[in-house]
Amino acid sequence: MSLYNVQKLLFQLNRDPGARQRYEKDFDGLLAEYTLSEEELGAIRTPDIGLLYVMGVNGQLLMHYAALRGFEWSAYIEAMKENERKYGPVRTGLYSRAEGRG
Amino acid sequence: MSLVFAGACSHAPGITGRKDRADPQVRDAFYAAYDRMRVALEASKPDVLIVIGAEHFANFFMNNMPSLCVGMGEVYEGPIEDQAWLGIQHHQVSGAPELSKRLIEEVMQTVDLAYAQEWKFDHGIMVPLNFLTPRYDLPVIPVNINCQGPPLIPLKRCYEFGKALRRACDKVPERIAVIGTGGISHWPATPDSGKINEQWDRAFLEKFLGGKRDELLAYKDDETWREAGQGGFEIRTFIAVSGATEGSTGELWFYAPIPIFAVGCTVAVMKI
Repeated sequence: MSLYNVQKLLFQLNRDPGARQRYEKDFDGLLAEYTLSEEELGAIRTPDIGLLYVMGVNGQLLMHYAALRGFEWSAYIEAMKENERKYGPVRTGLYSRAEGRG
Repeated sequence: MSLVFAGACSHAPGITGRKDRADPQVRDAFYAAYDRMRVALEASKPDVLIVIGAEHFANFFMNNMPSLCVGMGEVYEGPIEDQAWLGIQHHQVSGAPELSKRLIEEVMQTVDLAYAQEWKFDHGIMVPLNFLTPRYDLPVIPVNINCQGPPLIPLKRCYEFGKALRRACDKVPERIAVIGTGGISHWPATPDSGKINEQWDRAFLEKFLGGKRDELLAYKDDETWREAGQGGFEIRTFIAVSGATEGSTGELWFYAPIPIFAVGCTVAVMKI
């Protein structure tokens, strides 16, 4: 359920100008509206883009959050590669398979 | 009047957003194919363009995810993405709500679907419009097939949707163009972004352009995932076009893997 909340937050940030205003002016208040684990809060705040990917956040949400946080495209890709090496394979979601990526 | 134009093309955000990082020769040939498609589309004199896309959490999320949704809005807007990131300026695009309603009512005779009077376009629709209707002056009816949040609609249901859409188009007087837009093999927005299975793509396109229904519907999602990436699930948009053009064959106007665009870049037109 918690991954759902992480993705819901990023969904709102991507599409809702009001959510982006909250991000700029009251990020903690915005985050408080979502039930998130400490690991998730840390990954969102830092931001640890690679950890969010390993947690299972869909790239179609994550790439826009990465751009919002100033990640150029190549840096975004590299952050995922680096953290997959650091944290291990994707835990759940569209990219997770026991046999690894295709 | 029914369909006056049908085709399929790519929509990856890198096509416009990372255009300066591609091999100019291949990129320009790809852009030229899009423009050839624009000319053919305009020559068909459509009243409206139906874009069968696979959006990416611009409007629909797992709190309420339709397998199929058809736009019924008076006006749409996009892109939702940062304009500089996508390389496309913000635009408003007219809809065709009254025609949408008639089409939806007929499709619903055989296929359940959702409709939406609000819809923000993401790159999945804005990238094709950027090339095909660069003045944004052709009314659009967006269609979304959920290709992102499993469980996903079976391929055979996408085909049946396409057939129902064609039947609905046949019953109205307007001249209607339809394009499907999606990746074939690709691993977008992941560490494997840029990986493209050209052999798989060309085999799929051969079936699509040959109108080979049974072979198209024989694809399995687990195999697609392994060989064509999670982006391969977007073949659903092509298969819907195949259903709408059942009995027709098509021509491949462009195909080339362009890794910085993260997709095998495709422009194809059906002979209807």
